[in-house]
Amino acid sequence: MTKIKYIEHSGKEYEADVVNGLTVMEGAVQNGIPGIDADCGGSMACATCHVYINDDWFSKLPEKEIGEDDMLDQAYEPKKNSRLSCQIIVSEKLEGLVVHLPEKQI
Amino acid sequence: MINTDVLVIGAGPTGLFCAHQLGIIGLKCEIVDNLDKIGGQCIELYPDKPIYDIPAIPECTGEELTKNLIEQIKPFNFNFHLKDRVQKIKNQNNKWIVNTFKGKEFITPNIVIAGGVGSFEPRKFPTKNCEKFEEKTVLYSIKDKSIFKGKKVVIFGGGDSALDWAIELSKNSKVTLIHRRDEFRGAPSSVKKIKELEKEKKIDVLTKYSINDVKGSEKIEIVEIKHEEGQIKTINADYVLGFFGLIMQLGPILEWGLNIDKKTIPVNTENFETNHKGIFAIGDICTYPGKLKLILSGFHEGALAARGCFKYARPNEKYRFEFTTTSKTVKGRIGVKE
Repeated sequence: MTKIKYIEHSGKEYEADVVNGLTVMEGAVQNGIPGIDADCGGSMACATCHVYINDDWFSKLPEKEIGEDDMLDQAYEPKKNSRLSCQIIVSEKLEGLVVHLPEKQI
Repeated sequence: MINTDVLVIGAGPTGLFCAHQLGIIGLKCEIVDNLDKIGGQCIELYPDKPIYDIPAIPECTGEELTKNLIEQIKPFNFNFHLKDRVQKIKNQNNKWIVNTFKGKEFITPNIVIAGGVGSFEPRKFPTKNCEKFEEKTVLYSIKDKSIFKGKKVVIFGGGDSALDWAIELSKNSKVTLIHRRDEFRGAPSSVKKIKELEKEKKIDVLTKYSINDVKGSEKIEIVEIKHEEGQIKTINADYVLGFFGLIMQLGPILEWGLNIDKKTIPVNTENFETNHKGIFAIGDICTYPGKLKLILSGFHEGALAARGCFKYARPNEKYRFEFTTTSKTVKGRIGVKE
């Protein structure tokens, strides 16, 4: 289990213990955390699990795979620190990871 | 007004197989889909990605699956109404009057919603001010390219639509292409062409910028863009085009008085009827305890919903279960001669 913090655009915070091996997206969906839609179910075919990661954590995450940036082009307000949360696999290295949710997904 | 037994909303695999089941039991249907082609997410999102969990088909692509489903319903000659969207429904004497965006009207005892995660719509600019220029000088698709002749056109996006239009419009317009990062995801040949046009100063390319605001009174005059490091820049523009791909939205379905639970429609698992009599929901859009968002579940749901439709379409007949292997009636419907 790894503790992940999800912060809504409004500032509201949620904390979840996510089983290692699941994705940050699944952690949100399984724990009923709003703000991550994941319409395509994690197949990197949409951009509705979009999150922002602050600099301190961004560099610690495994690099984006080919295709993730292409999908992020289609996200709502993508920024330099955007990621698709379905592509971030939870491990103990991510203990305390903080993800910021965008204002909306679609 | 088109009179039919069932109106199917959505031409993805679930909608197509439900149509097959309707045909098998002798009902007529009409199929409406917002996309310009048949196949739903299979065609729009992953035409080339292999699918491994269709029963008895070890591997097939979204495109192949769609092709086979279309082939399977060919004998029934059902009508497709593509690039159209159901807007309004109204109940009248136990029948549904259905109106589409393009002005078509259907009358039917049954509606089957096989709408996936919603209809595909172009993603719009997040900038509020864009709304008042929408469909006039802020566009997300192009119907008539002649309007851009001699104009200043600012195009946002990094995929094929953005690149193709930038190349095409650069012949007769002053084009600025803006993308949020350095890499473009369009076809390599288009990316190469863009680089050439940029070198020849036939188009301006600005990367790591996204839209910040638009200004103008009657029509758009100025686009304000923001670099990822924060600097703001302004560009004069007559037209602003956004090509950010498609997003899925439930749209008008939300206004039909159906129970909605997190973008899905609760149904019973006996016939997949919703809280409205004669409205069924199948595939990714429906929910019930144990729901799996698999294509195979959509097939099962479609088969049962079709039987549910029979009751309202043929109130004076008793539904008779028949196998395609043995029933002469069914074989006749699919045009098999013995």
